[in-house]
Amino acid sequence: MGKTVDLMEYQAKELFAKHGVATTLGVVVETAEAARAAAEEIGGVTVIKAQVKAGGRGKAGGVKLAKTADEAFEHASNILGMEIKGLTVNRVLVTPATPPEEEYYFSFLLDRSNRSYLCIASVEGGVEIEEVAKTNPDAVRQIPINALEGVTAEKAAFIVDDAKFPAELRDQAIEMVQKLWEVFVEEDATLVEVNPLARLAGDKLEALDGKVSLDDNASEVRHEDHEAFEIREEADPLEAKAKDLGLNYVKLDGEIGIIGNGAGLVMSTLDVVAYAGENHGGVKPANFLDIGGGANAQVMANGLDVILNDPQVKSVFVNVFGGITACDEVANGIKGALEILGDAASKPLVVRLDGNNVDLGRAILNELNHPLVTVVATMDGAADKAAELANA
Amino acid sequence: MAIYLNSDSKIIVQGMTGGMGAKHTTLMVESGANIVGGVNARKAGTSVELGGKELPVFGSVAEAMKETGANVSVAFVPPAFTKDACIEAIDAEIPLLVVITEGVPVQDSAEVFAYLEGKSTRMIGPNCPGIISPEQSLAGITPHTIAGRGPIGLVSKSGTLTYQMMHELRDFGFTTAIGIGGDPVIGTTHIDALEAFENDPETKAIVMIGEIGGDAEERAAAYIQANVTKPVVGYVAGFTAPEGKTMGHAGAIVSGSSGTAQAKKEALEAAGVKVGKTPSETAELMREIMKNL
Repeated sequence: MGKTVDLMEYQAKELFAKHGVATTLGVVVETAEAARAAAEEIGGVTVIKAQVKAGGRGKAGGVKLAKTADEAFEHASNILGMEIKGLTVNRVLVTPATPPEEEYYFSFLLDRSNRSYLCIASVEGGVEIEEVAKTNPDAVRQIPINALEGVTAEKAAFIVDDAKFPAELRDQAIEMVQKLWEVFVEEDATLVEVNPLARLAGDKLEALDGKVSLDDNASEVRHEDHEAFEIREEADPLEAKAKDLGLNYVKLDGEIGIIGNGAGLVMSTLDVVAYAGENHGGVKPANFLDIGGGANAQVMANGLDVILNDPQVKSVFVNVFGGITACDEVANGIKGALEILGDAASKPLVVRLDGNNVDLGRAILNELNHPLVTVVATMDGAADKAAELANA
Repeated sequence: MAIYLNSDSKIIVQGMTGGMGAKHTTLMVESGANIVGGVNARKAGTSVELGGKELPVFGSVAEAMKETGANVSVAFVPPAFTKDACIEAIDAEIPLLVVITEGVPVQDSAEVFAYLEGKSTRMIGPNCPGIISPEQSLAGITPHTIAGRGPIGLVSKSGTLTYQMMHELRDFGFTTAIGIGGDPVIGTTHIDALEAFENDPETKAIVMIGEIGGDAEERAAAYIQANVTKPVVGYVAGFTAPEGKTMGHAGAIVSGSSGTAQAKKEALEAAGVKVGKTPSETAELMREIMKNL
């Protein structure tokens, strides 16, 4: 969808509450002891829900009903530390158990194909919505939203009627749709999903679960408060370090460190390296790292520093196409980085430079004559060399 | 000929007096592009010298168009103000608007796209390197030194892959190379560019570069099959991108099976497009085609 920050359920519910969407916040805790206390405080039957940014929490055993505070303690002990789709559960949400009488589905999202927004609504079941979409697609209403007009009261009423919400819930549903739209627009979301949207006892509509993705670009420009939603502890330590250094880095599972300029070229570099690796014992790219346009010595040093600290890395491939940035600047960046890093630079570097001032750039590296640096003329050739060195 | 931009294009720059704007206006002037002025409401009536050319600063896009006959605007406006800059340019009925700015909130782009409906402006971008018709004109940040004029048309989501491919095929040259940007909401699509290249007599063959995320390449494939008679070669980046991990480009994220590089490659091949495994191999495929034309 674009670069987003995906919120956990409790964070999504905080945003819901901020905009007046009916929901129950519950209590977020990080220990089983605290879960017991929260359950006692809430009283009655509670639900213990793993807080991770992944779907299928229930199926993975991450959502349990607790009749007593002791049971809450027990479930929380099991759920905390559990892995769901590769993510460790570090906190659970304790909420009152409010069994729904009916479950509905509702979302607003950015519709990339139509370059606009879409509302998806269904009264035929919440959690199994994807199944419903397959077996009974007519029951899952897709309603385009004009980005300039947004969701007016009339549009909200149209959505509710089109999805055939029960008459006795109509007014509540219209209000909820408008408030969810407020969340979508005012928080600059690319997704606001309520699943299930529950009909509770007494004909009360409530968002029992929530997923919200926030647009990173908008958070930078006009939502300083969104920074609080980024939970750092879950990031890989190298990713955290890269983030502190302002680098666009993603850790992968492989042996060849990658540095390049421009997201497209770096993605392409990963592919080319993976193909080359097939001829060298199946070595793979170790990361994605885009140092962007201005590849000065410090940025290059920071990038190399992060990559060389990855114990899996056996060789590094620096792949730069000098567009606006001249290759001699990049070569000086590599030279400076090696000076800054000193003995910490301990793994072979394969460098491919092309484009603006390439001859000057290559000359600087040839003159440097550093024992760890190999200059290769083409991208495919350099990928092969880096794979060979990683497999040595 | 070329598409969207040629030697008759008269270009103004929105945000010409800012850091990025001044730097790239200089480079555009040096490339030989006909830059005729800039827009900054607070500096209206002044002028700045960039690339050895004295460029007037106007208070609005409409005024700049009236005074200079400009028909292209390139925007280097900061992301917070990009939406307003676009709407100003669209209201002034500028024929071509090229938005270079990176980091535009996607809801702003969606609003601008909705605003374009029924208007006469073609928008390229945001978050793109812009467009170059080598030896004719440049509206954006693509280095004009990579390749000269020739028979190939190029459309790409990615900036650096545009440069790489122009470099690989510099012995042939290009009618026009256009970077459409990788954001989820963009003005000009692969399909728009393919249609224009198909209709451009000087363009003999087309390179299309895509990357993971969205379904633009799949839809372009269907379009090619139905409408494009000129040979097309393709390249898709992101085969090894891990599922669900954002890789820096706004558009570049995979969720589930749709939008994968593999799916895009298969769709393009089914439409008769030759798809290379690497940029160099893609260039080789084009070389073969050019040999037999």
